[in-house]
Amino acid sequence: MLDAVAERKTAAGAPVEETPYLQISGIVKKFGDNFAVDHVDLAIRKNEIFALLGSSGCGKSTLLRMLAGMERPTAGKVILDGQDITGLAPYDRPINMMFQSYALFPHMTVEQNIAFGLKQDRLLKKAIVERVLEMLDLVQLRKFATRKPYQLSGGQQQRVALARSLAKRPKLLLLDEPLGALDKKLRQQTQLELVNMLETVGVTCMMVTHDQEEAMTMASRIGIMSEGQLLQVGTPTEIYDYPNCRFTAEFIGETNLFAGQVVVDEPHYVEIESAELGERIHVDHGITGPKGMQVWASIRPEDVRLDRLEFTPAPNAARGVIEDIAYLGSYSIYHVRLPSGKIVKSVVPSSRWYEAGEEAPTWGESVNLRWRSDLPVVLTM
Amino acid sequence: MDILRSVRDRLRPGKGTVISLPYLWLLVFFFVPFLIVLKISFAEQELAIPPFTRLLQYDSDMGMLNISLNLSNYLFIFTDELYLDTYLSSLQVALFTTLMCLLIGYPIAYAIARANPAARNVLLMLVMLPFWTSFLLRVYAWMGLLQPTGIINNLLMSLGLISEPLMLFHNQFSLYLVMVYAYLPFMILPLYAHLVKMDVTLLEAANDLGARPLKAFWTITLPLSKNGIIAGSMMVFIPAVGEFVIPELVGGPNVLMIGKVLWNEFFDNNNWPMASAVATIMVVMLIVPIALFHRYETRQLEGENV
Repeated sequence: MLDAVAERKTAAGAPVEETPYLQISGIVKKFGDNFAVDHVDLAIRKNEIFALLGSSGCGKSTLLRMLAGMERPTAGKVILDGQDITGLAPYDRPINMMFQSYALFPHMTVEQNIAFGLKQDRLLKKAIVERVLEMLDLVQLRKFATRKPYQLSGGQQQRVALARSLAKRPKLLLLDEPLGALDKKLRQQTQLELVNMLETVGVTCMMVTHDQEEAMTMASRIGIMSEGQLLQVGTPTEIYDYPNCRFTAEFIGETNLFAGQVVVDEPHYVEIESAELGERIHVDHGITGPKGMQVWASIRPEDVRLDRLEFTPAPNAARGVIEDIAYLGSYSIYHVRLPSGKIVKSVVPSSRWYEAGEEAPTWGESVNLRWRSDLPVVLTM
Repeated sequence: MDILRSVRDRLRPGKGTVISLPYLWLLVFFFVPFLIVLKISFAEQELAIPPFTRLLQYDSDMGMLNISLNLSNYLFIFTDELYLDTYLSSLQVALFTTLMCLLIGYPIAYAIARANPAARNVLLMLVMLPFWTSFLLRVYAWMGLLQPTGIINNLLMSLGLISEPLMLFHNQFSLYLVMVYAYLPFMILPLYAHLVKMDVTLLEAANDLGARPLKAFWTITLPLSKNGIIAGSMMVFIPAVGEFVIPELVGGPNVLMIGKVLWNEFFDNNNWPMASAVATIMVVMLIVPIALFHRYETRQLEGENV
């Protein structure tokens, strides 16, 4: 009887997933009366690179520090590879962290830094030397083994920090703003290098960053955090194409948000009356919610087409005046003011105008904006 | 460009003055007096004012300049066991004082450095508070506490805990107690300055890599505060070697210290040359630790965190 109930539940529920490698359930951290982390549930698969993305003060670093054992959760549980690690001290966890400031020991050489964790495990000297060499090769710093950290460049220090945190072969690697201390040019180059190294070693990774580009380039899945809560979890594509709330839509990439009410609610399409647009927004898919509900339509700037044809009022279209143009080389961002006063951004590839043999539109010109009805995403919160 | 700038810098008058000022200070108030002391140490005692013979004398009959270097003071110091014992005893007292200041001062400095910033200032203030009273007064206060008829003994006797006064005064115990008391702030302050600068995430990193707190202290905190330990130890050791007031007032007659010998030679025996020789040897002895201290300080200033 019991078995039958269990079976039915499985059949009706979500597709059965393999048990996650890292399971965070109902974790809470309160500082005084404030929730730094507010009931977060998260499951991470083995060898996955997961990024927690959020602005500063959103609780992502606190969550990371709880995984490292440096903060004690107020409530909740962390299970890693079947072991409950919630109450373990940092030095008893099979978890290592790469610190944002790298926290390299200034009085030790590169070698000694990398060997530090291994020495704590009382490994044989020979085993330590071998592992250190392996790590030095991984991060290509063999030549610098006897240097002190202050004799290295920022990028080299970052690699030492990585080697040190990987040396113990942790079950979980935590990366706190791994590229935050590098300048922009170096960061972009290092992103993919870092991913390659992590994949070579094959380690489960949780990184924290405020840089969406970094998260999208490096992570297989992203969790968006705001005010201590995990708002959305998904692959970079899912998060970008199907944000589930205004925060995510605006945080990841840029978007145009139109507030409005649902006026037509059919199974295959909805229409939204938006005073800001002055026209209805026609969306090619149904939503769950009553008629008259307050919603927001999110349309990415690259989905907004800009032209100067004759204007005929229609859904998903508007006419406005160009107020600002940000020329960025291969493309420009046009800021177009609608009669309602709303500014709509449209990304136009630079090639578009000379391919059409036209002069590019300029300040003060009236232009049409339109988008395909399958592109807007309807957000309810 | 660089050449132009360096030329311009060299021509600017203000910079040189600023740099030379401390050197001028040292020259006038340290080096010249030291030369005078050195000169006197090579003279002989004489019943005159000043009470020593001249080093340079012009003999008008012979038309010659006589230089009389009298090495007997030094010879006497090196042959008389009493002086050697006194030097060794001074070094020993200074060394133990330094060690005890380090053992007591390190935890205090560490606790202040790790306290929250608001409490830190109050705690530092408390460390420096004794400086608001004259040093001599504080030593007299200790005498009042420790004497056989002092406050501590009187209290314990009136409570009936002891029937005879405890021997707290004029012995090694009182000497070290007051020495450590007097020099502790000089140990705490440089240690604190180094410990407060230390990045706490280094300890988190050590914990994260599997080091328990005690191990992290030994492998990270202690080596990184090495310069603070050296600075504090020198600040205690160097003046402690020549300390006079504490051994004289609370150490009692059995404590041999070079400061007391100096005083005796100078004021009781009126033997300036001998006192100068004693002082010269002490300075030479201290030059090694001073040079060491200076080297670490310079390295520290150059930002080489070794």
